[in-house]
Amino acid sequence: MNFKMIRYTLGIILKFEALFFLVPIITALCYGEHTSLSAFSATAGICLFLGYVMSCQKPRDMALRARDGFVIVSLSWIVLSLFGAVPFVLSGAIPNYVDALFETVSGFTTTGASIIDSSVLESLEHAVLIWRSFTHWVGGMGVLVFVMAILPLSGAQNMHIMRAESPGPDVSKLVPRVRRTAIILYIIYFALTLILFLLLLIDGVVASDAKNQMGVFDALCTAFGTAGTGGFGVKGDSIASYSPYVQIICTVFMLLFSINFNSYYLALRLKLRDAFNSEVRAFLLIVFVVIAAVTVNIFTSGTEGATTLGEAIRHSAFTVSSLISTTGFATLDFNLWPEFSKLLLVLIMFIGACAGSTGGGIKVSRIIILVKGMGRELGDLINPKRVKKITIDKKPVSSEVTRSVNAYIVTFFIIFAASMIFLAPDGGSNGLLTNFTAITACINNIGPGLDMVGPSGNFAFFSPFSKLVLIFDMLAGRLELFPMLILFAPATWKRK
Amino acid sequence: MKIIIVGCGQVGRTLAKELIREGNDITVIDTSAEKIKAVTNSIDVMGIVGNGASHLTQAEANVNGADLLIAVTDSDELNLLCCIIAKKEGDCHTIARVRDHAYNKEANYLKDELGLAMVINPELEAAEDIARVLRFPAALAIEPFAKGRVELIKFKLPEDSELVGASVKDAIAKYKYDVLFCSAERGDEVFVTKGDFVFKAKDVISMIAPPRRAAAFLGKIGLKGVAVGSAIVVGGGEVTHYLCDICSKRGIKLKVIDNDRGVCEKLARDFSDVTVIHGDTAEQETLIEEGIEHTDAFLALTDNDEENIFLSLFAKERCEGKLVTKIDRLDFNDVIQHLELDTVVYPKNVTSSLILRFVRSLKGKAGSNMEALYPVVPGKVEAYEFLINDKTPIVGKRLCDLKLKDGVLIAAILRGRSVITPHGLDTVEVGDRVIIVSLVLGITGLDELLKK
Repeated sequence: MNFKMIRYTLGIILKFEALFFLVPIITALCYGEHTSLSAFSATAGICLFLGYVMSCQKPRDMALRARDGFVIVSLSWIVLSLFGAVPFVLSGAIPNYVDALFETVSGFTTTGASIIDSSVLESLEHAVLIWRSFTHWVGGMGVLVFVMAILPLSGAQNMHIMRAESPGPDVSKLVPRVRRTAIILYIIYFALTLILFLLLLIDGVVASDAKNQMGVFDALCTAFGTAGTGGFGVKGDSIASYSPYVQIICTVFMLLFSINFNSYYLALRLKLRDAFNSEVRAFLLIVFVVIAAVTVNIFTSGTEGATTLGEAIRHSAFTVSSLISTTGFATLDFNLWPEFSKLLLVLIMFIGACAGSTGGGIKVSRIIILVKGMGRELGDLINPKRVKKITIDKKPVSSEVTRSVNAYIVTFFIIFAASMIFLAPDGGSNGLLTNFTAITACINNIGPGLDMVGPSGNFAFFSPFSKLVLIFDMLAGRLELFPMLILFAPATWKRK
Repeated sequence: MKIIIVGCGQVGRTLAKELIREGNDITVIDTSAEKIKAVTNSIDVMGIVGNGASHLTQAEANVNGADLLIAVTDSDELNLLCCIIAKKEGDCHTIARVRDHAYNKEANYLKDELGLAMVINPELEAAEDIARVLRFPAALAIEPFAKGRVELIKFKLPEDSELVGASVKDAIAKYKYDVLFCSAERGDEVFVTKGDFVFKAKDVISMIAPPRRAAAFLGKIGLKGVAVGSAIVVGGGEVTHYLCDICSKRGIKLKVIDNDRGVCEKLARDFSDVTVIHGDTAEQETLIEEGIEHTDAFLALTDNDEENIFLSLFAKERCEGKLVTKIDRLDFNDVIQHLELDTVVYPKNVTSSLILRFVRSLKGKAGSNMEALYPVVPGKVEAYEFLINDKTPIVGKRLCDLKLKDGVLIAAILRGRSVITPHGLDTVEVGDRVIIVSLVLGITGLDELLKK
């Protein structure tokens, strides 16, 4: 372990966190919110000081091994969340620190699961609200990737960091340099967010209902939440009270942000065939089929709010996009929908977005590999001597990747099962469905689940211990499990 | 610059590492996914799994935007094919490694007809390196500059030398020879030898001078300079083949021992004046019987590094002569240095330094032309040869007025037929060749040696 390098990188991360705090600080200045201003400024000051102390001495040995990369990534996220939670407590918005931590982790991991009651939400200060949403944006593409894009860190071994932080079974570079790859990804991310923000602002022009039209603040927060596929809103009823125009824009962009960003780069370079690869096609196919099925289901069963076909399509498209992209916005309380629709929704929660996007879940590319692996296994039973390789886009998938995907799934469900057990003491009163979907919503970084944690509920009623378990699930889900688990392996911390 | 390297073997990896350090963007291609994974894990390069000679793979590596393609796979033919396709697809510069001596005589044909910028034959280069030290066995390594008119000679200072304890200034005053000391390695430390540097026994010293002057000087300080007349070579691979070719022209008697009957017969057929022995090289008796105790030089040139090292260690015990060891793998360089094996030749290092020179001269087109680059101490000290033209920034200035960066030394100026060992009042003129030794690495042009 290169402990000095870990200290140094964490110092840099803290300095960047101080930089991130500028967003709520400026907001507080704009709205004249004194409590928030002092809370955020104080925390930023602490971060800046600690960051400076930790990173003033550059380590001589800057080399990172694979495990250093994993440890740096998971520790950075933990440190980021620990300090990100402080202003919530200082400003009095969330008095309990564990609750504040839950909220912050939920933000950075782009989960969007909240412990704030929807009736209280709209009374919170603007600075607090924008910090919640901004954490989504920062966490969406990855904090360390952002640091890498800005600072020329050690160079070669940055790939270990990128691999640990980027979602998906296999990370590929766009251009030879890691740093330039990070820059390109952030440019695409930034540009898409900007387009979304501007489109949301137009709402002010088209909306007929003046009360619920989007101002600059709402548009900005919603854009952050959508881009990071997070799900924190500024309204108690999420996106429901905004105009259909806003809902449609969000539907489209939630899907756009859950497509592999490499595809956008390839599309910009006019390699459309490569951009529209089998993962993207499979993703869009799943989305289309599920939307169709849910639409028919809720329309025929006469669900409230979806009485016309147009409304049914709009709401089912929004909800399906929101859940498969692991955003977690809601326009209708899907907890009240028929069982068949709820079942489909829970299933797509697990599938999740494409690899290399800002979304969470198991990832479509892993599902493809798993399904093809299943097919191969079946074929092997029929023709025991057949030799077959799994291919994606006509390229063979190395057995190492299939192995790691299998290991991922097994680990995923072991963590899932363990979390169920840890939550069991709470479960007596909550019921199985609540606990099950709460873990599903956290580990897949979605936000709302069903029953008590449905779109209209929140996570406040869990015991502090359960909240810590869910915090772990959110971090593990965002960082693809292993970077979090490696922290608990004793061998990681041994020098020898 | 954007560079594509085909083949992730030893050379491919070393090159990628060096070129990355000099700020180039590298894409590597190899058919083995494992090799690509290993490389991309340790170096900041983009890896592509595929056949480098396929134009689709090259297109994936963005050959259209590339400046240079370097083909260093194990197969000569594949390397040539890669280059031809890259030339057609992307119209970039191409470098191929071609090792088989069957193609050697056609190097120029290949360059001209196939549009290659460079054909590299590391085995031939290694053989030439060896032949040079055979001519002057006191040296550990000899690198020619300006077509051999001056040489950079590396030697180890013997314990009984008069030079031990003297400073550079004393040495020059005492011996009155116009030689220039460049650098000294002492253990892991490297010094650029300024006037007050004091020599110690066992220092490895690099010095620049015309060959005759150097020989005379080294004779004075107690290093014998008699050229090798006969040598025992173990291993009959490509390097030996080229070496036989050179030595038979120079009249050095070689005795080649190899395990393989076929290799022996081939050598015997090609070189009638070389004594070829078919015998077990791992047996002490064979070596003693063939006269290892009385030979002028012993060269361990098998394809197996470990065997070469053992043979040389054995020869070190038994013979007084010159020892040369060929090492292919670069991984355990430091350990090998400690074994004190006399001259060690690394064909793979030769390849990468030739390519590095080419890349830098492509970069530093304007102002100065780099003619040669030689890593005096790999990764620490480099020597350059520049051809001065009218765009070079230092033309006409006195050397004492130049503000050179620390650790930069102008080692020699070649003007017409004369070799000038530079002093403060000398100037650099258009048409000169200047040799520079520097601790500042990665230089592409002379201007980079000046303080800003």
